[in-house]
Amino acid sequence: MAECDCSNQKEQKERKDVTVVCRCEDITLEKIREYIDKGITDLEQLKRLLRVGMGPCQGRTCTPLIIREIAAVTGKPLSEVPLTTFRPPTAPVKLGVLAGGECDD
Amino acid sequence: MTKTAEAIVIGGGIIGCATAYNLAKLGCKNVVLVEEKYLASGATGRCGAGVRMQWGTEPNCLLSRDSIRMFESLEEELEYNDSIEFKQSGYLLLAYNEKMVEQFHKNLGLQHKLGIPSRWVTPEEAREIVPHLNIQGLHGATFCEKDGHCNPFKATDAYAGAAKRLGVEILTYTRVTNLLKYGDKIKGVETTAGTIEAPMVISCAGSYTRELGRMVGVDIPVYPERHQILVTEPVEPLQGPMVMSFYHGIYCQQVPHGGFVMGLGDPNEIKDYNTDSTWHFMQEMAAKITFILPVLKELRVVRQWAGLYDLTPDKTQILGAVAEVPGFYVAAGFSGHGFMVAPVVGKLMAEVMLGKEHEYPIDMYGFQRFASGNLYVEPSVV
Ligand SMILES: Cc1cc2nc3c(=O)[nH]c(=O)nc-3n(C[C@H](O)[C@H](O)[C@H](O)COP(=O)(O)OP(=O)(O)OC[C@H]3O[C@@H](n4cnc5c(N)ncnc54)[C@H](O)[C@@H]3O)c2cc1C
Ligand code: FES
Repeated sequence: MAECDCSNQKEQKERKDVTVVCRCEDITLEKIREYIDKGITDLEQLKRLLRVGMGPCQGRTCTPLIIREIAAVTGKPLSEVPLTTFRPPTAPVKLGVLAGGECDD
Repeated sequence: MTKTAEAIVIGGGIIGCATAYNLAKLGCKNVVLVEEKYLASGATGRCGAGVRMQWGTEPNCLLSRDSIRMFESLEEELEYNDSIEFKQSGYLLLAYNEKMVEQFHKNLGLQHKLGIPSRWVTPEEAREIVPHLNIQGLHGATFCEKDGHCNPFKATDAYAGAAKRLGVEILTYTRVTNLLKYGDKIKGVETTAGTIEAPMVISCAGSYTRELGRMVGVDIPVYPERHQILVTEPVEPLQGPMVMSFYHGIYCQQVPHGGFVMGLGDPNEIKDYNTDSTWHFMQEMAAKITFILPVLKELRVVRQWAGLYDLTPDKTQILGAVAEVPGFYVAAGFSGHGFMVAPVVGKLMAEVMLGKEHEYPIDMYGFQRFASGNLYVEPSVV
């Protein structure tokens, strides 16, 4: 049992500096900062290069956090950081349901 | 304020970025690329990301065959330390009637002459390649294992990064509003960020090439047409090849990230700049794909979007100099398959502009063919 705890702690320690910002696509704050530091401060570009905001929640969770990072680096007020286009559907839907003749579960 | 350059590239899609990179690589010192929005914001960033050699005309077979060979080593050539997600797991093209069987055999003849390793497969063999394929009504298919997928954002990023390292200046969020002439010759461009003068200007602006042509009095027959597409949630690897049916007008591939990307050509689409997404597309796409690949009915659609094809009357791209306006060049009209030919097109256009030797019969691609009636009608498009 003790060993278990130990390795757990080690893992915890290794991931200490890791903050997952985009939970759907498993993208960390560090990765996002690395790209922003490279000069990519356009949310559209970040989305396409890192997949942030491309998960099932379409960025509902991560976009506000990323916008804050961009604003901090560019010195722009939050309201002036351009957002990405929201793509339908609003919630994921099964192809079988769209094709008709099946109930979603 | 007026800037000067040796060459101006209009458009920051894969074609513009590949052309700018190759111009700089061949020694052009001062190249400026002008993009209205951000890189890959046009068709490139909206495309199906498929690459295939299986075409029905010589111009398309040549460009795609050699481009796919170049994709194989593109990361090294461009010193890209990310991945362009290039994978070769084939394209399976389905035939649902005798006419298609005949056409596919004709295509295979041409492809084999050009060294493309495609082959005819029976419905049972097709099901060995894609085990979840519904073979009801299927007459057969063709398969080429060298075909596959590449990530368009990453490939564009790789070209743009390499171009920048060679000194290319990339202006994003800058629109070309007019083309300037001096006598007959091209003199430069007006942009939302001022005038840029250069003796060479190339339009890699997709459908907008028609508008640009009009500014210097030439009619370049390129028309925008909306095409819709969607992606599902990512799942475990399930399907290697792209599955394509011209009968249903659809294509579908699982990309390395795990999602299935699929699109549909609508023969009734109006030719304009509309890129709205429709519910009708989702339903039609879902109905067709769950017939051909029934297991996909369990997958959830995460996102749908649309982009523009830049169509020409024969669905073959327009490449080369515009004879009426010396110094003005065009690489457009890719008719839904410009991503996969970009490596060769970028190289070829730079060679043509700089008067270097090149290995392709460029006249075959010129837009003068529409006046002479020497068309290359591509039969194999969705
Ligand atoms: C839904 C869909 C699926 C597709 N699937 C595939 C596929 O699987 N495989 C494949 O090979 N191809 C596919 N294509 C086609 C492919 O996307 C295009 O042929 C290719 O990306 C063309 O690249 P481009 O650089 O010529 O054009 P674009 O990427 O459209 O770039 C043109 C750029 O020019 C800019 N521009 C326009 N006017 C101006 C101006 N006045 N000033 C400054 N900039 C300007 C635009 O903003 C744009 O970024 C698909 C296309 C669509 C729409
Ligand atoms: S958390 Fe980023 S897309 Fe859902």
